[in-house]
Amino acid sequence: MHEDDSTLNGTKNQSDSGVSRRDFLKISGISAAVPLVVAPTTVLAAGKELPVQGPGKVAMEFAINGKKQKASLEPRVTLLDALRDEFEITGPKRVCDRAECGACTVLMDNRPVYSCSVLAIEAQRKMITTVESLMQNGKLHPVQQAFVDNDASQCGFCTPGFVVACKAFLDNHSHPTPEDIRRGLSGNLCRCGTYHGIQQVIAQMAQKGA
Amino acid sequence: MPDYAWPDAEHRTLIGKRVTRVDSPAKVSGQGKYTYDVHRPDMLYGKVLRSPYAHAKLVSVDTSAAEKIPGVKAVHVVQKQGATIHWAGDDIVAVAAVDEPTAEDAIRAIKVEYQQLPHLVSDAEPPPGAAQEQGPLSIDDVWDMLDNQVPNQQMVSQIQQYGVTAKPADKDLEEMKSEGASDAVLDALRSATVHPGAGTQTKSNYQKAAAQTLGDPDKGFAEAEVVSEGLYGIPVITHCCLESHGSISEWTDQDHVFTHISTQNVSGIPGQMAEPLKIPATNIHVHQDHIGGGFGSKFSPDRWGIFTAEISKKAGGKPVRVMLERDSELKVAGARPSAYARVKVGAKKDGTLVAWQSDSWGTGGPGGGGMPPIPYVFTIPNQRKQHTAIRNNIGPARAWRAPNHPQAAVLTMCALDDLASKLNMDPVEFFGKNLDIAKPRQQIYREELAIASDLMGWRQKWHPRSQNAPQGVVRGVGLSFHTWGGRGHSSDCDLTLHPDGSVDLKMGSQDLGTGTRTCILMVAADTLGVPLETINLQIGDTQYPPSGGSGGSTTIGGVSSSTRRAAVDARDGLFAKVAPALNAQPDQLECVNGTVRVKGDSSKSLSWKEACSKLGAMPFTVRGQNPDRSKPPDLSNSGVGGVQMAEVEVDSETGIVKVKKMVAVQDCGLVVNLKTAESQCYGALIMGISYALFEEKIMDPSTGRMLNADMEFYRLAGLSDIPELVVHMMTGKGYDERGVIGLGEPPVISPGAAVSNAVANAIGVRVPFLPLTPDRVLTALGQKAGA
Repeated sequence: MHEDDSTLNGTKNQSDSGVSRRDFLKISGISAAVPLVVAPTTVLAAGKELPVQGPGKVAMEFAINGKKQKASLEPRVTLLDALRDEFEITGPKRVCDRAECGACTVLMDNRPVYSCSVLAIEAQRKMITTVESLMQNGKLHPVQQAFVDNDASQCGFCTPGFVVACKAFLDNHSHPTPEDIRRGLSGNLCRCGTYHGIQQVIAQMAQKGA
Repeated sequence: MPDYAWPDAEHRTLIGKRVTRVDSPAKVSGQGKYTYDVHRPDMLYGKVLRSPYAHAKLVSVDTSAAEKIPGVKAVHVVQKQGATIHWAGDDIVAVAAVDEPTAEDAIRAIKVEYQQLPHLVSDAEPPPGAAQEQGPLSIDDVWDMLDNQVPNQQMVSQIQQYGVTAKPADKDLEEMKSEGASDAVLDALRSATVHPGAGTQTKSNYQKAAAQTLGDPDKGFAEAEVVSEGLYGIPVITHCCLESHGSISEWTDQDHVFTHISTQNVSGIPGQMAEPLKIPATNIHVHQDHIGGGFGSKFSPDRWGIFTAEISKKAGGKPVRVMLERDSELKVAGARPSAYARVKVGAKKDGTLVAWQSDSWGTGGPGGGGMPPIPYVFTIPNQRKQHTAIRNNIGPARAWRAPNHPQAAVLTMCALDDLASKLNMDPVEFFGKNLDIAKPRQQIYREELAIASDLMGWRQKWHPRSQNAPQGVVRGVGLSFHTWGGRGHSSDCDLTLHPDGSVDLKMGSQDLGTGTRTCILMVAADTLGVPLETINLQIGDTQYPPSGGSGGSTTIGGVSSSTRRAAVDARDGLFAKVAPALNAQPDQLECVNGTVRVKGDSSKSLSWKEACSKLGAMPFTVRGQNPDRSKPPDLSNSGVGGVQMAEVEVDSETGIVKVKKMVAVQDCGLVVNLKTAESQCYGALIMGISYALFEEKIMDPSTGRMLNADMEFYRLAGLSDIPELVVHMMTGKGYDERGVIGLGEPPVISPGAAVSNAVANAIGVRVPFLPLTPDRVLTALGQKAGA
């Protein structure tokens, strides 16, 4: 899960302006001193006029589980909090809130990300997929069904994140080696100890050539 | 008298089988709603300002700037000016705002002045002569204990043991009652011995918590032919529930509260909120669908649960949500007491245990804590033991799966394993030889030890400890024994048969992820001869009959027993209505495969639906209870035994320990659902590996704060830390007929001791304290080399 610098300013156009990380930090410093304003203002950075968003609420638009969603959010709001508090999509959970446990895992353009560590403003124009959309027409996704069959959830709080992580992992590793599994699924933590069931999920799905 | 007894194996259609958990689809699809997921209309978000200091006096609180922030709806000062703060992270002020960012802004705008006081966060061995008797308690001490969430039982015993410095005034008692003091505590205060003038002495952090003798320890050690001495310990760890503690409360009118709360104790919450909110318990409605982990830390509404309702009142009754942040969850919402001991244990040359001596200590935070039950499982005939409780500023302790037993297992099984090594005995032989003093479950242990040895391949893997320094990667095996009670708690349920054949089952219990829902349905469906889907089970609400808190492995015995009694009574009630239609007597009928039929005559049969239509126009409800002496037999029982073995690989260059295989052999009487029972054991082994290798609440002695209050440095085991796991449940003759016994605690008790013993076997020297981190392993190896 790497950080995509091109999304720091929210839109593709702005990212094409070639603003370096250092310039961005300068801009942040400036914007923090800007008093609360309604309309976007601009600052001069690297010789260019750039719009500053926030710190007040900004109109945003998302593509979540195949649906267009709009919200007015402060730029500091994370994708996770936007999903949960604005759109009541509560499958992704906030546990560690700093990219350590994976309970908030969602797909962003089909790549698993920790939604607690992605700003909502950065997630615009990306395809966001949460655990809620894996079930189709009331039928569980094969990975979900394997979780059920192998009793791979107990309290279930880590489960939605784990299901999404396993699906993404299996999409990219149809015949994973034990080393692949160690590396690919170490980003999600469980407290009840359901890893044994999850290992069986992976083994079963890999056998099926998922 | 109806036959409530569990059906025998031939007549069970579901009980004892592997049944898939009924709430899994909701959990894997993100549809299961936890308290954290509940989104009430107009809900406000609460945040809490917490003390940065481990020990301080609250000098002043200024909330004026916070109150002026747009979007802030209520500010509530939790601790009075002048209050003493006893741990870092304690709640000072709570705010509610329209969204979380605004609430955070408000918290930052609050100004608090503290007067710092000296703190102690260490649980190191008490310095010689430091242990002091606790003096009589002042009224302030009692208030401190109430504030510090010291368990009722412990408060009562301290008041009775030490007395008070002055007779408490009625006004004090009334105020304590209104702040949630239990009647038992108030009674103890009223009848306490008064020691006037004793209130001025400064109290020690060290408190003699126990001093016990059994048999004749001096004679025992004189008779011992081999004596082993060692130091062992297990640190404070946290519960680290993935769903943090918290609740959402709202006032539905002037004097009614609706609370969603993450709890192990749905039915028990209103009684704990009523006094502080000054409304009757009956006016408090509590609901919970799913809980994201409790492990013993979620029985009380907690101070933050109470003030969530208080802030809601200030905000005009709007729903207010307070869920702890991750750092607070680790700092204040759950800690397992530590335990350390210098142990001396002696045996005859043939391995027969004769004498035990232990000087133990540990901390449970401000409340101190008690002595673990050592020596564990093995009642060594001659014993001398004393325990010092350290009262310090690390935050309050809470029950953690099998309170005091993982500690007892480490202190005992590691000491005995070292003695076995000194005797040059294989631990399987040594422990096996002493099973006669592991009463009353010696026979269970004997069977389990043999099965575990086979499953582990112990005979091939065990080797005597090497006297030489290990080279490269080395392997070893270790084992441990454990026990637990687990009798069913009190539990009521209502089972309703409807004339259309549908069935309601309502119970105020909760499913912690142990599979409680599935087990309740299995018992009811097995008894009524219908598929699970026929029964509409509702749990997790105070509108349903009360069922006990899910602690101490008491849930399965309680809910299965009350469900069985209700289902038998409902079935027999149905038989009475149906019998005339089948030209039979009620006692000639049976429920099988969705039919009600005459035993041994399948031609005389009605479908379940046809049978229920004979009930008439009205549904038919029966109440099931546990315990219920009027409806014998007792369907639950107490007392289980388990044996676990671990195989580890230790890199003697880096000190890294990897668990390669674990075996759990476990008895819990009659298993209701074999699939979820096995999952409990797998989960417990994994949690055990986690605390054996990684977990420790690390306190900074200079600031008094927890240093690793996040999930990067408070490490939990991950998928890649999990080895081959083998679980064997003891079932069948000798086990099933004991009745249903709880399983939540037992399998999590032994892993720490088993892994520690395996490491000692691998590297030839004891690593005294858990977690078995690389630095500790290397230190132990260094001391071995230097010795």
